[in-house]
Amino acid sequence: MSTVSEPVSLSAPRGADAGLTPKQLADKYGLSVSGARPGLFAYTKQLWARRHFIWAFATARLVAQYTDAKLGQLWQVVTPLLNCGVFYLVFGVILASKQGFPGHTYISWLCIGVFVFQFTQNAVQSGTRAISDNLGLIRALHFPRASLPIAFTVIQLQQLLISMVVLVVTVLAGGIKPGKTWLLVIPALLLQTLFNTGISLIFARIGSKTSDISQLIPFVMRAWMFLSGVMFSIQDKIQTWPHSIQTIMALNPASVYMDLLRHAFAPIIYNKHQAVHQTLPPHQWTYGIGWAIGMFVIGYVFFWKAEEEYGRG
Amino acid sequence: MADTDLIKRDAVPAVSVAREPTVVVDDVHIVYRVHGAGSGKGSATSAMSRILSRKRGAGVREVHAVKGISFTAYKGEAIGLIGSNGSGKSTMLAAIAGLLPTEKGGIYTNGQPSLLGVNAALMNELTGERNVILGCLAMGMTPAQVKERYQEIVDFSGINDKGDFISLPMRTYSSGMGARLRFSIAAAKTHDVLLIDEALATGDQAFQQRSKRRIDELRGSAGTVFLVSHDNNSIREVCERTIWIEAGELVMDGPTDEVVGRYERGERP
Repeated sequence: MSTVSEPVSLSAPRGADAGLTPKQLADKYGLSVSGARPGLFAYTKQLWARRHFIWAFATARLVAQYTDAKLGQLWQVVTPLLNCGVFYLVFGVILASKQGFPGHTYISWLCIGVFVFQFTQNAVQSGTRAISDNLGLIRALHFPRASLPIAFTVIQLQQLLISMVVLVVTVLAGGIKPGKTWLLVIPALLLQTLFNTGISLIFARIGSKTSDISQLIPFVMRAWMFLSGVMFSIQDKIQTWPHSIQTIMALNPASVYMDLLRHAFAPIIYNKHQAVHQTLPPHQWTYGIGWAIGMFVIGYVFFWKAEEEYGRG
Repeated sequence: MADTDLIKRDAVPAVSVAREPTVVVDDVHIVYRVHGAGSGKGSATSAMSRILSRKRGAGVREVHAVKGISFTAYKGEAIGLIGSNGSGKSTMLAAIAGLLPTEKGGIYTNGQPSLLGVNAALMNELTGERNVILGCLAMGMTPAQVKERYQEIVDFSGINDKGDFISLPMRTYSSGMGARLRFSIAAAKTHDVLLIDEALATGDQAFQQRSKRRIDELRGSAGTVFLVSHDNNSIREVCERTIWIEAGELVMDGPTDEVVGRYERGERP
């Protein structure tokens, strides 16, 4: 035996490996650089293997959200109802935006807009905090980090589905009868979910590096909301504006998804009522698909590019 | 080269047999960049002047935490890391786990090392039960495997020894209970390389014994275990090899008895 006072004796390669440098030794046994980012395909595979985790995480978070509240899960339904109530009071009653909508359809039109916009708004906000709020988990366990922003989008989707129940009641109460177009709600929501996942991934990466962004987000989102025509018909307001601006406004993804869902739920506003210039241009579905796929692919690649850096430092 | 080595295995004495490395740390330097250190980040005027003068990196201080450490860990080894507070032990572990970028040098590992630290909380607002399930799923187990292991994990943690605590949120746990549950979750899976940061010192006597047995099992299944601790006795009991780090530099790397003995007497080689 060699003498124990030899300080590096336990580290040095023995036998056939003797004399190899650490790098050569690592190469010989196929060791990989710790914490290196996997390829895009391998990453997707890892992410798919964590699908149960994503779902369980989202469900657990949704349930945990109201554990401190006395009314508990009832808030899932009360919160969207209150939201609609406030908007109706301000924009429907006080500012009288409902003029020009047939019957009692304004409240349905408004609620659809509010829920659809909040779906995207929440995706952006929770995406921004997806990494920074879960550093404990990130530093403790290894899993593809994209699981977190995706899980948060799933939480928003689950919340939206609860809101949808409230929405259906509101729509029916507003005197709109269910029709075949209601089936279009499903593809429209799927497209919006895909879009939200992408935008959430983008903001997750930005938010993990620059926490200042979370101070800025509320203002950006509010501006976006007013420009998207959640409470009033934006098409109506901008018809005298230059054509180029109208085109840009028509491309606004929030408006696109709102239009798709409003048309699906209440085609009556679009077909029979021209006073508020509500039309569903045929290219709206193309825009919806384009935004969904484009944003998802960009967001996914953008997030993956910094995979090895999340939770560091 | 490896093949001839395998054939000759019986003929050569044990000491000169090539061992399979699991972690190779090659002249690693780690530098922390602390933002907003020094002159006031808090004051709006200083932030404004920073933005206006476009001086990047103003108020960023560098802390050279690890300065050129090299060692190689082999299959089946349990290695203790000792040193005074702030010597760079935990930083070294985080870097091996791939959670910290290296400034210079490289860290090569077999598979993905898993870091288990007392600070690494799971989700506090969720129940222990949910945390077990989520932790296992996050480590890549299938729901069926989780179901199979669940009871084993809860029993191992001993959380339910004094009543039904597993169905309470983790924020209600004592720090010892939390650490025990986290260790139990992480230890439920066999890891190629398991990095433990002070987790053993937090449990009670019975749990410490169970953890030591589990670490032995993990080593038996061809893994490597790293243990950072200020409790020299648990290092002595678990590890046969110890690395002594001081001020980011490797002081000594050798058999535990000798290294810990010298460390306790304060004799630097």
